[in-house]
This record gives sequence, C-alpha cells and structure tokens, in this order.
Amino acid sequence: MKRCDIYLHNVQMGKPQKKKKNLADKVHRTKTTTEIKNNPFEVKINRKKFEVLGRKTKNDVGLPGVSRSKANQKRKETLLKEYKQKDKNNKFIDRRFGEYDTKMAPEDKILKRFAMERQRTHDKKDIYNLNEEEELTHYGQSLAEIEKLNDAVDSDSDSEEKGLLSAELTASHFGGGGGLLRRRKPGEEDYEGGRKAKSRQELIEELIIKSKQEKRERQNQKEEAQELTEKLDQDWKSIQALLSKKPPKSEAKEDEHKPKLEEYDMMVRELGFEMKAQPSEKMKTPEEVAREERERLQKSETDRLRRMQGDVEEGDDKKRVHWSADDLNDGFILDKEDKRTLSYQDGKWNIEEEMEREEGGEEDDGEEAESGEPGRRGGEGEGGRKEVVPPKPSLSEEERLAQQEAAKAELPYTFKAPESYHDLKSLIHGHSPEKQCLIVERIQKCNHPSLAVGNKLKLQKLFGFLLEYVGELATRSPPRLDAINKLTPQLYGLCQLFPDAACKAMQTVLNDSAHEMEEAIEVKGRAAFPGLDMLVYLKITALLFPTSDFRHPVATPALVYISQALTKCPVTTLEEVTSGLVLCCLVLEYVTLSQRFVPELVDFLLGILHLAVPVKRSLGYPVVPPFRLAGKSCDLLVMSNAEGAESWSRKALPLSAVQGLQLPSATERDHYRLSLLATCMDLVKRCALLYKSLASFSQIFHPIKILLTKHLPVESFPTDIQDLHRELYTPKIVEVLDYGKKRGSSKQEREREKLKHKYKKEFKGALREIRKDTKFLAREKLSEIMSRDAERKRKVKELFGSLATQEGEWKALKRRKK
Amino acid sequence: MATSRSSNVSTDKSDETAKKSSKKDINNKVELIIKNRKNANDVFDILEYLQADKEKDVVFAVNACNKLFSALLERGDLFVGRLPSEEEMLTGNHSAEEKYRMFMRHRYNSCKDSLLGLIRHEAFQVKESALVTMMKFVSVEGKFPLLAVDWEEHYNFPRELLKAVVERLLSDKEDMALLISRFQEFLEMEDVRYYVMGSICDNVVRVMERAKGAVLPVYQSNVFLLASSISMPSQEAELSNFLVKQAAKQEDWKAAKLKEHKRVFERMWLCVLKYKLPSSMYKKVLVILHDSILPHMSKPTLMIDFLTAAYEVGGAISLLALNGLFVLIHQHNLDYPDFYKKLYSLLEPSVFHVKYRARFFHLANLFLSSSHLPVYLVAAFAKRLSRLALTAPPAALLMVLPFICNLIRRHPACRVLIHRPSAAEEPCDDPYLMDVDDPAHCHALESSLWELQTLQTHYHPDVAKAAMAINKPLSEQEDDISELLELSAYELFERGLKQKENQAVPLEFEVATQLLQGSGGILGAHFSLE
Repeated sequence: MKRCDIYLHNVQMGKPQKKKKNLADKVHRTKTTTEIKNNPFEVKINRKKFEVLGRKTKNDVGLPGVSRSKANQKRKETLLKEYKQKDKNNKFIDRRFGEYDTKMAPEDKILKRFAMERQRTHDKKDIYNLNEEEELTHYGQSLAEIEKLNDAVDSDSDSEEKGLLSAELTASHFGGGGGLLRRRKPGEEDYEGGRKAKSRQELIEELIIKSKQEKRERQNQKEEAQELTEKLDQDWKSIQALLSKKPPKSEAKEDEHKPKLEEYDMMVRELGFEMKAQPSEKMKTPEEVAREERERLQKSETDRLRRMQGDVEEGDDKKRVHWSADDLNDGFILDKEDKRTLSYQDGKWNIEEEMEREEGGEEDDGEEAESGEPGRRGGEGEGGRKEVVPPKPSLSEEERLAQQEAAKAELPYTFKAPESYHDLKSLIHGHSPEKQCLIVERIQKCNHPSLAVGNKLKLQKLFGFLLEYVGELATRSPPRLDAINKLTPQLYGLCQLFPDAACKAMQTVLNDSAHEMEEAIEVKGRAAFPGLDMLVYLKITALLFPTSDFRHPVATPALVYISQALTKCPVTTLEEVTSGLVLCCLVLEYVTLSQRFVPELVDFLLGILHLAVPVKRSLGYPVVPPFRLAGKSCDLLVMSNAEGAESWSRKALPLSAVQGLQLPSATERDHYRLSLLATCMDLVKRCALLYKSLASFSQIFHPIKILLTKHLPVESFPTDIQDLHRELYTPKIVEVLDYGKKRGSSKQEREREKLKHKYKKEFKGALREIRKDTKFLAREKLSEIMSRDAERKRKVKELFGSLATQEGEWKALKRRKK
Repeated sequence: MATSRSSNVSTDKSDETAKKSSKKDINNKVELIIKNRKNANDVFDILEYLQADKEKDVVFAVNACNKLFSALLERGDLFVGRLPSEEEMLTGNHSAEEKYRMFMRHRYNSCKDSLLGLIRHEAFQVKESALVTMMKFVSVEGKFPLLAVDWEEHYNFPRELLKAVVERLLSDKEDMALLISRFQEFLEMEDVRYYVMGSICDNVVRVMERAKGAVLPVYQSNVFLLASSISMPSQEAELSNFLVKQAAKQEDWKAAKLKEHKRVFERMWLCVLKYKLPSSMYKKVLVILHDSILPHMSKPTLMIDFLTAAYEVGGAISLLALNGLFVLIHQHNLDYPDFYKKLYSLLEPSVFHVKYRARFFHLANLFLSSSHLPVYLVAAFAKRLSRLALTAPPAALLMVLPFICNLIRRHPACRVLIHRPSAAEEPCDDPYLMDVDDPAHCHALESSLWELQTLQTHYHPDVAKAAMAINKPLSEQEDDISELLELSAYELFERGLKQKENQAVPLEFEVATQLLQGSGGILGAHFSLE
C-alpha cells in the first residue's frame, strides 16, 4: 500500500564534504552541558556597573562557546545547504506527505500517508459501496485477481501441465518435502496394505497412467461442453430470428410518423428551453439586511472620500456602471436594494407589502402612497410612508389615518405630467403641503419612465418645475418653508432618478442668481444678499449633491457663489446679518466632512462679531470687506441697553427673518441681536474645531481671538453667551509629564518611541547576522578550496610517484640490458 | 427804438399761437430780418422767445438766433471795434448805417448773454442747442472778427466768448457730464482745445481761490470731466483740425504748436490738482494719470509732489498712485526712498477685495521682478502676501499663489520659505511679525509659508491645486499671471459649472427627508422653519 514518492530528478550528488570542525563545535559535542556550565573558561560573566536590588537580569551569564557552536550548526543546516544548491537547477523533492514537517510524529505521518493512499484508490465508483470489504493486496496486486488468474489457467490449459504441479507430482519428482510425506502417511499405509512391494519404477508408471487418464476425461468433458454451447447457440439463433422480425415493419412506417416526431421534438426542445425552476434567493435575516445596508453605506463613503481627495479623474471610468445595450435608461435598476425579499414582521409574513410594491407600477393603483419608487431604499414595512409624509407628532395615529383617508377620497389617483410650470401650479394649487406632496408623488408614479417613452423627459422637467415652485414658496411672505420641507424627499427622489437633469436645473438656478449678483457688483460695486429662495436652493444643493467632493459641477459653483455673497454684500440691517449667518451655516455644512478651509467664512464671522464691539478704537485687528472698521451701521449688533440681556433666552432663529423682521421694541431687537451673536459664536466655535489641525490655525483665528478677549463686552451678555465665550477661549490644559526623562507626552508617542527603538535593534541584529553569514560562507569556501588543492596535490604526487617508478624501472631495464 | 412795444406784441402772440405757429413765426421773422433791414426790430421778438416757458419754443428761438446772427456776422452787419453804449450810440453822431450795425451788435451781445444763461437751463435739449449755437458764434466770430485789429501778429480767436462758455460749463451746482460729453466734439479742434485749456486754468484758479481751500465736489468733478475729456495729440503733424483758420502765418500760431499745447495742458492739470480734491476724484485722477496725463506733459516730473502725496495717503489711493510713480521712476529717474517699504505697507487684507486689485498686482509684479532686490525684502513680500491670502477670495488666491511662487523662483534664496531642511518637524510659533511695517525687521526669512500649506485644504479645487505646487520642486519657468489678474469670481463660478462630458454627476447617498438635516445639521441647530 505504501508508495514511495521520491522523485529523483537527475540529481548530481556532491561528494560528502569533509567537515573541518570548529573548536567550539568540538567542545560542544564532546562535553555535556553541565560540564560546560561548570567550566569557568566557558562562562562569560557580564559585569554590572551598579548592583540594583531586586532586579533580575537575563543576560548576566553567557556561554559564548555554546552559542557560537549553536549558530554554526544552524548555518550548516540552512545556509550551507542553500550554498551547495546554489547553481543547481535540479532538486530533490520529497513529496511525501509531511516529509519536512518536523513537528509531526513519525507514526502520525505514516498513518496520514496511509489514509491518503486509501483515499486516492477509493474511486468514485466505490462511493456507494457501503458494505464492500476492502480489497486485499499483495505487493500491490489484488489477491482476488490472483485467485481469478488461477482459475483461468485451470480452464484454459488444455494440453500443458506446466502450471500444474500437484503435490503428488512434486513429491514424486523431487522427492517431496518431509511434510508432504508425512501427510501422505495414511494413504501410504493403504498402499502398503494392498500390495506391499511396489518398485519405484512401477509407481512412476502408475502415476503417468493416472494423469493420462485424468487428462482424457477432462478432454471429453470439454468436448461435451463445447457441443452443448453450440447447441445453445443454434437455439438462440432461431429465437433471434423471431425477435428481429419486427424492426423492418417499423422502418416502413417511419415516413408517416416523421411529422409527428418533429412535433414531439419541438415539444421536447421547448420544454428544454423553458425556464427551469431555480433555487430561489436565500431568505435574508434582518441582520443580513442591516449588514448589506451598512456595506452599501461604507462603499458610498469610501467613494465619497476618494472624490474628496480629488483623484476622481483617473478612477472615474472604472467606476462607471456598465450599461446594457437593452437598458432603457429609465432608472429601473434591479440591484440589491430593489430585490424583494421575504421578510417576517411581528410573526407575520410580509407579503402584503410586497404585493403593494408590485402594484405600484400600475396606473390605476390606489394605494401607491405606500409603495416605494425604484430609488427608495430599504424594504422595511412602513418605511415608505414614513419617509414621504413625516407625520406630525401632535396628531395621533388615528387622526393621521383619517386625514389620509380624506385626502385619498378627494384626490384623483392619476395625474398628467405637467408640461409647464403653470400646469404644476394649477395641479397643486389650493392643497395642503401633505397633499401637494402626494400629488407630486402620484405624478411620478403615473409617469414612471418604464411606462411610456416620453415619461423620462416629463419627469426631468418636473424636477425643474418643482425647483421653481420651491423658490416661489420661499419668496412668498410668509414663506411656506414647511411645504418645502415636505417636498424635499420628492426632490431627492427625482434627483436620484435623473442626476444629469437635476444637475442642469440646479446649475441654471445658481447661474441666474450669480449673474444677477455679478451685474449688481459691476454697476454698484456691491450686491444685495441672496433671498430666502436662494438660501433654500443652496441648502437643497447640499442635500442632493455631495459637497465634500474635490470638484463637483454643482457644489463647487455653489461654494463660489456663497463666497461671493459673503464678500460682496454689505451688512447694513439685522436681516442681512441673519442672511449672512445662514450662509455661514451653509458653508460650514458644505465643508464639515471635507474639512476644507473657507477664508471668507472666518472673515465674515469676524465682521459680524465686529458689529457687536461698542468702542471701535485701537482695535488691533483688520476687518475684511464688506465690513469696515468704522462707519454707519457698524454698531448693528451693539446692545442698546443692558436690560435685554437678562430676559433673553436662547432659541432657534426663524428662517423667515431673512425676508423682514418685525421687532418694534428695543428689547426685542436686543434679544434678536443676542440670538444672532450666540449663533455667530457657536459658528466660530465650530470653525475653530474644524480647522484646529491647520498649520496656520493661530494666524487664522488671531483677529477673532483679539476681538473676543479684548473688545467684546462679554460682561453685558447673558450667561449663555458668556459660557460660549469661555468655551472658546479657555486655554486647554495639557498635562505635562516631562520630568527630565524623555517619556513622550502621549501614549502614541511612547508607542512610536518604542517601535523606533525596536526597529533600531532589529536592524543592528540583522546587520550582524548578515556579517556572520558572509564570514561563515567565506570560511566554507576557503575550506573547499583547500580541500580541492590538497586533492590535487595528492594526485600530482601520485602521478609523479608512478612516473618515477616507471622511470626507475626503465632505467633498471636499460642498465640490465647493458 | 421802441422795445416795450414790440415785446408786448410778441408775448401776446406767443400766448395766442400754438407751437407750430410760433416756429413759423420765428422763422418768418428771421427771414424778414435777413432780407430787409427795415424789419430789424423783430429781433426783439426773437430774443423774447429765448425766455419762453416752453422748451421747444426756446430751442426754436436759439436755432433762429444761430441762423440770424451767423448770417449777419457773415454779411458784416455787426459793428466792429469798441462798441459804444446804447446811450452813446443815440447821442453820438453816427450814420444810419453805423447806427443799425451798432444796434445789431447790441442785440447780438444780449443774445449771447441769454444763450450763456440758457446753458444752465434745466432741459438738456435747450442746453445743447445753446452750446452748439455759442460754438457756432465762436467759429463765425473767428472768421469775421468783431475786434478791430491792426497789427500783424494778432491771431483772431474769440477767446472771451469761449472763456464764457467754459465758465458756464464748469458749474458748481449741477453735474454737467452730459453737456461736457457733447462739448467733447469741439475739443477735437486744436484751437478750441488750446483755448479751453487756458480758460479752465483761469477759471479753476479764480473759483478755488474764492472757495479758500474748501472742497467743491460738483465743480471739481465738472472740471475733471472737462479736463479729462481733452485728448491730446501725440504728434505735431496731427494738429490740422482747426475751428478758425488764420489768414497769416498759421504755423506760428500758438494753438498750432504741440509744445504750446503741452505747456498749457500741463498748466491746466497742475492748476486742477493744486487744490484739495475729494477722495473719489483723487481716485479718478490717479486712474487716468499714467495713461492720459503724464505722457502729454512737457515736464512730467512736476507731478512728483502730487504723486508722492497721494502715495502717502494710504489705501486704494496709494495703490493707484503706484502706477504714476512707476512711470516716473521708470522713465524719469525718480528716486523714491523707502519705496518698497511703502509698497510693503500697502499690503493689507483689503488689497484682495478692492477694484484695482489687478492693476496693483500687475505693478507689484513689475516692481518685484527686479533681480537686484535683497532676499529679505522678497521674502517679506512673499510671507506677507501668503499671510494675507488667508483672508482672500478664491479669484484673488488663484492669482496670488502663482505670484508667490514666481517670487520664490526669481530669488532662489527664498526657497527656505518652502523648504527648510534644518527646521524641526513640528511647526513652532511663526517668527514672522505681521505688525512690523519694515520688511527688514519682520523676520520673514526665518519663517516658512505655512499659509500655503493651509491653503492646500482650500475649498476651491483650483486654489488647492495651485497651493499644491509647492509640494513639488518648482519648475524653472515662471507662471504667467497676466491672465489671472483679471479673473473675476463670476468667471470662476462659470468655470465650475462646466462639467466634463459624459461624466456621471455624483449624488448624495444619504437620503434626504428633511430640509434642515444633513452635514451635521448646523443650519437646523440655529434656525427653524418659520
């Protein structure tokens, strides 16, 4: 069973090397360890400079000889072997299992090898042989085979008897073994009983006759068997003739049957091509769904980071999705999120929801409010409704349902896609924000790109109209910001469907406003702050597009636009301060993820704070346009009296304040000022956090620092703002742990120090090892050369010797002849 | 002559008749007066019309006067020489012919008076036609002088008349910009220009002396408008366009000599600039100074005082004065002590926000292109600019970053600013002193341009890329900043809008459900949806 897998590939075996042993080796070999340790000449004691109590050192005693011999030994095993094999292409590979595994016990190795051998012979056909006994072999040959072979020889050998050596024959021919004779004893006794004296000659003749008789009998038997088989054959032939009569008939009929057969074939083929039942997707557990979602988000995040670094240029082509030639570009993508999965919720099969989703594509669907559009993520139960119509917290569940019922009762279920902005307006005019949202959603449903050819264009237009509508909502007074809020998911959904169209629409909006601003700047040198609609647009831009990209066709111009607004629009009223602060918030949101530096933001915040400085003399910091050091409306945020500070409480500012403020009393105005200041300070704080890692952080915030510490009348502000102020400019206390020794201030640094040290040590060690290796190799080479030289010398000497004897002999012969 | 009678008649008539008839009436009368001396008294009617309420009537009357008196002048129907007063005229023994001419000359004078008054009329049409008529008179009077001249050397030009026109143009109450732009057409004429310049000078001196150092914004702006609308010829040969052709010795006429022109031009500007200017005008003067004033002065160095004073003012005015100073330094060997120190102190945060940014940096680039500047100075400029870049808008940054890189290229010793092998790894406190105005003492060479490193994280991709340039070894070739100088924020904006073809627009992957959500919710933290 065991097979030796040793392949000998034309190996050139080197001569066994004569090894000149080192002295250390010799010592090591000859003496036992205890002996060495006791030998004072072997031991090297490392002297300590100072005795430190309680310290245990590992390396106070060394055995240089031992360690040297150990290292030498190791080199011989590894390096020397490699060296010997250096220029040799052929190798001796022992492929037996575990041959080079020193950890394995030899018994284990044998066992494993045996098992593997068994496995290899255990062919596939044997898989189902459960009870079959193992095949027994002898010298690799099956015992059963051998037995069979014997039988065959029996039956086939007619005349020759070479293979047959019966016991008697052998016994009689070669005198037989003692055992045989002993076995024959009873028989012999019979013979001896019959006729006593039989000569050897007679016995042999008898044997011959016997065997001849046996032979004849066998021949007869065989002939009989032959006859019988022949007879059987003939019988079979007669029957076969009967059996084979039918096929000719069927051949005759074949032509008639042909069309039928084709039909059949077709059927078979059709069936073959028909979709076979395939194993369905494995049901996903909630954890799996969550994991997938997380993976998707992670992937998006890494994408985002890559774009933030700005290395999109190269990577973009790779990233592009493959579009099939049959793709309708309708936004209908069968990706993971879209796949319907079976899910259970509260012990019930979630099939209803699935059904609704399927129906969602149909035009006369009544419940489409609940079905998700293709862009929608997450197959969770009521996710669809929650996303679309955020329920008012004040309304109870029943009320909400009732409301929706009412809405459904009123609203038609199908809408034509609006062809113009006026169409859209007339469609949604007079409805509540929730209903407007529903209408927009239904428009989207009814005109899904997969339903008709022109729908894609219609929906692309719808995005533009919606944007326009949002702008109009924002310019109304009072602005309908809640309605805009409701429409946001719709915009997002449409944007996901048609990124290019959305990008274009957004760009147009931005471009128009920027152009207007540019014209104003050219004429007057300044411009008015963007209105609330632009602020909303900018916010929506941040919601729809990634603002952290290194370069983005919408986000980058939007940032330039904001920057322009922050530097070119003079601040003369509280409304304008509000607008400016909204813009600051937006900029901060834009760059929060990417942590990019926006100089205009810091400048503007400084300017706003400057507006709150009451005494504008010897300031020590510069302000940047649009602000001025002094002049009219430079005291915009200076408190008119101190009483306002006490009654003030911090609350969110209304966005509508951008359009106009109704603050009749001085106290109210003071309150508003304080709110603005609080916002501004908070923004400064966020900025400081965001930019703290910048190289010129202190230079950037130097003016603000001077302003906050020296000029701002903090005492007159309420405690809230004072707290903020304190937070901003309380020095951070850093624990200093440097007591003479270099311990590193932080854990990280210590770790780094440690690693550095380790690296140095390792590097030195490696260098030493390499040096020793080369020394060892040089020694080996030298010894090789020496031995070669010695050999040569010896041979030369031999030759000279033989020549000398020859010469001698020849001379002697000569002398003798003479 | 019975003035009262005729005036009564005419007023009655003008009241009665409609506009068209008044026009007809005036034209008829002009025809009659020209045809026959008997109708001379009708001239009162025409002069009466000049005071009418209706603009159109006045315009007709002005045109009629134009026609009438031009014809009379050409015919020689106006008295030449020293005109006796009307009383003398009546008492003195003059022939009827003479009396007629004297009468007409008196009418002509009163017509001129009322026309000059009309230049201050509120309707532009009236003003314009009055001005044109006056100029017509100037031209005709030049041809047919009303002064008796007997000596050879005299050149005929109605200087007094022109002077009066100029005086009217330089109003101290209303802005005459439109009329002055109309007047520009006459300034093409060499002689008119020459005499106008002289008149301006006289007028300014007279008015400003009266004001005693106070600033007269309207008047001064009118002066400036008129003075700046004078475009000087560059070559003697171009002096060919005259309103009045002189009979004798055209070449010797002062108005025909470029040198004289230059002298008067110079005198005019020096007069104008001698007095205290409102700051807006300061800027306007400085804007055109290097281009249209300095080259035409016979001694540009006379402007040194003005320019140095302007350079000391600070702010935008200093920036603008740079240009003139440059011309003087470059072409007229002006030695300006502490010029670079002053230039250095001009670098303020606002320099990136002012209108004249491109101009300033163009000049700064010129001044700093000298390879003989000391290293400390260049380093100080580079450092200060980069420090200021921390407050600059992206369009300015795109220009100033290559500017700084160019400085370092020109002066390789400045490379320590971006690569200091001896420096410790961690940034220490910046040794540079921003508040010190002397570039020699600001320790810029000991500092590094950490600001550029900061700007590598600028939000605008192009700026970030420009700041990245210091990460690699700077190329030998200087960046061309001339195109970047004029870059405006709007151009930058438009550039950003251009998306590469067939590139998918990246979208936000976080689902938007609320308006105020996302990106840390900073907006939501401070503002509510109300």
